[in-house]
Amino acid sequence: MSRLRTLFLLPGAVTMVLLFAVPLAIVFIYSLLTRGAYFGLGPPWTLDNYARVWDPLYAGVLWRSLVEAGLASFICLVLGFPLALFISQAGPRKNLYLNLVMLPFWTSFLVRLYAWIFLLRDTGLVNTVLQNLGLIHEPLPMLYNDGAVMLGLVYGHLPFMVLPLYATLERLDRNLLEASADLGARPWTTLALVTLPLCRPGIIAGTVLVFIPALGAYLVPDLLGGGKSIMIGNVVQNQFTTARDWPFGAALSFAVMAVVLILMAVLARRGGEDLA
Amino acid sequence: MKRALGLYAACIYAFLHVPLLVLAVFSFNRSRFSTWGGFSLDWYAAIARDPTLREATANSLLIAVVSTVLATVVGTAASYAMWKRKSPLVSGALYASLVTPEIVTGVSLLAFYQWIFHYVHLQLGLWTVILAHVAFSIAFVVIVVNSRLKSFDATLEEAAMDLGATEWEAFWRVTLPSILPGVIAAALLAFTVSIDDYVITSFVAGVDSQTLPMVIYGMARRGVNPSVNAISTLIVTALGVLILVSERLQRVRE
Amino acid sequence: MAHILELRNVSRSYGGNKVVDGVSLEIEQGTLFSLLGPSGCGKTTTLRMVAGFDQPESGEIILAGKPIAHLRPYERNVSTVFQNYALFPHLSVRDNIEFGLRRKRASDIDKRVREMLELVQLTGKEQRLPAQLSGGERQRVALARSLVLAPDVLLLDEPLSALDPILRKQVRTELQALQRRVGITFLMVTHDQEEALVLSDQIAVMNGGRIEQVGTPQGIYMTPRTRFVAGFLGAVNWIDGIGVRPEAVRMARSNPRTGSRSRPATIETLRFLGNCVHIESRLANGEKVVCETAFDHEPFTPGEPVHVWWNVSDELRFQQ
Repeated sequence: MSRLRTLFLLPGAVTMVLLFAVPLAIVFIYSLLTRGAYFGLGPPWTLDNYARVWDPLYAGVLWRSLVEAGLASFICLVLGFPLALFISQAGPRKNLYLNLVMLPFWTSFLVRLYAWIFLLRDTGLVNTVLQNLGLIHEPLPMLYNDGAVMLGLVYGHLPFMVLPLYATLERLDRNLLEASADLGARPWTTLALVTLPLCRPGIIAGTVLVFIPALGAYLVPDLLGGGKSIMIGNVVQNQFTTARDWPFGAALSFAVMAVVLILMAVLARRGGEDLA
Repeated sequence: MKRALGLYAACIYAFLHVPLLVLAVFSFNRSRFSTWGGFSLDWYAAIARDPTLREATANSLLIAVVSTVLATVVGTAASYAMWKRKSPLVSGALYASLVTPEIVTGVSLLAFYQWIFHYVHLQLGLWTVILAHVAFSIAFVVIVVNSRLKSFDATLEEAAMDLGATEWEAFWRVTLPSILPGVIAAALLAFTVSIDDYVITSFVAGVDSQTLPMVIYGMARRGVNPSVNAISTLIVTALGVLILVSERLQRVRE
Repeated sequence: MAHILELRNVSRSYGGNKVVDGVSLEIEQGTLFSLLGPSGCGKTTTLRMVAGFDQPESGEIILAGKPIAHLRPYERNVSTVFQNYALFPHLSVRDNIEFGLRRKRASDIDKRVREMLELVQLTGKEQRLPAQLSGGERQRVALARSLVLAPDVLLLDEPLSALDPILRKQVRTELQALQRRVGITFLMVTHDQEEALVLSDQIAVMNGGRIEQVGTPQGIYMTPRTRFVAGFLGAVNWIDGIGVRPEAVRMARSNPRTGSRSRPATIETLRFLGNCVHIESRLANGEKVVCETAFDHEPFTPGEPVHVWWNVSDELRFQQ
């Protein structure tokens, strides 16, 4: 309708096309090409790269990544729901408590993962303290295993769960909780029969918001898994760097993207409006 | 039930924040090891002398400032345009960019740059990092500005135009001033995601454009080094001060 | 048992501000009792204390002979119809109505729900969600959900305010009929004096956290105890400090009869209200007097001198 609007939209649209859509399209084209003799890649066109994604070696990592992302979402939900409930009932201190959850967004993720390395490695603070107290004689292997990766995933993504949960709890009509008590329901019954079902949009949004970044996680398994507990992000990175198999790396990228886009469609359908 | 919930919340907050606090405390530790060896500023002195760190910090700040300014201007403009009339394609692309795994964004940008370098004689450097950061920051800017625009009363603009303002004047004199807190918050978010990014940067940075997270990553991979505790503490403190100052400024405005 | 619900000197304050200030009430079994007052008078807080959503700082609430002020909402045999109905949006009409019965592990749930659906004329709509119902239907679900529990007292918080004005008058009569049929004591909060007058057996008028007067609708309308009550329940003309309701005032061209009081006045405006006319006149001392009358005589014209008169027996007398 107006020239001003077109003028305002143009730079953003051009940036998104040039630096997001075109690069993704190039990766997609690469995923259909064949790896060259040295660094290059070229014809013939093929679907072999996608077939290779189903190779048990890689499909196994992809499956494990899905499971780990799912488990991380579940743990975040279990840990995050009571916290969101606590914040929503905190009265005038709500904002303070909410900011305390948001704070990690504003601090370096890399630094926060490093803090866990500092705490958990064999000569780290926890092992040193435990040994000095005489509770253990050998350092506990707390780092570079599946548990450490799960810890990192939950630690890094918990705020993504708490925020949408808090948002739905905050909008919950308090009269509904009073009505439930009025009709004879005890607090736990109200929680199970009224609060939880009405939080469904927040639960769906939070789960997807944790699942998506956890599925594509690269830094967490890289730093806390130490090459022993890898996820699909590490395989993609490896194909583009060490292994130099760009077509296959591209196919793996699109396998991950497919999962993400399907989930986003689910979110847009069932919980999206509550998130925006 | 209420008290149990409070206790539980305290535990979660400890889980979220204690690791960083411990890290900060041990950045003042004289000893190299995880036992307390007395207070010392040695590690801060050590990082101050390190030329690699100095260069990386300068790179990171330059990249963050330039990409923040660009992303904030472009993102705010786009957000305003989409507030006037929706643009499903652009907002779809923005949301898609937000949920694309960083690793995929990184490799796709690398592939894109390499493809361009076939035709144009250029190489990876600070500029490739800056463009990459602009690309992934815009979505964050749009989300924050959008939420501010949602509570902006559109009739104010109509009133301005009714009183003779052009579209541009209505935006510049009425809309922008009232969404400014949102724009500042958006810029702040863009700045922090830029200064913190490792994954995407590591793909598109040239040999001469090492950033601070890349240096920290390298040190962390090689094992624990008390210097990293010191840099980490400085970064977190600097970001914290930045957030506090901007919040104060915004409160004064309102 | 004469009194099903009794409030004894109940007080509640928020941040040093006494919202409910020493309220005492006695409500008889099977009646419809209204708490009437302007917003902020403490009527809703009083209702919430009876329901158990709020605790009195002092005083006692006695339900069916037992003190209940210390009990949680789910431990009291009262039930609330909320102003916005507070129907569970994720549950069907049937599940909403069953909710309380299931909590009590009642035995004949199906039968009681069926009877209740019939009573509120919602048979056939039991599978619908609240969002699929009209405003009036929602209100009936809220009533059914509470009534099915056979509470000692049903609490209603502005039960008609969410309905549009035309529907409101119709539902008003239905509500009263329902109360008569089930015989359960209703305690209703309202700020609408007409609603309270039409529906109630007894009305308590509240102001500033205190009860100004308790009585039957006629009693408090005809013999209000304070100027506030007189003014809140209807319009009053104040003539030399004496209160007379507009419908008790007459205008005459000739000298009024003996046995009545009169003042000379000048006609100012005539307002046609459909079922009656308001004739506004001004006395010599500048006071305005309104007369409400049927449209059955020769119309006055503005500027015309008249006599304003009324019967002494129609004067409102205050006890203070």
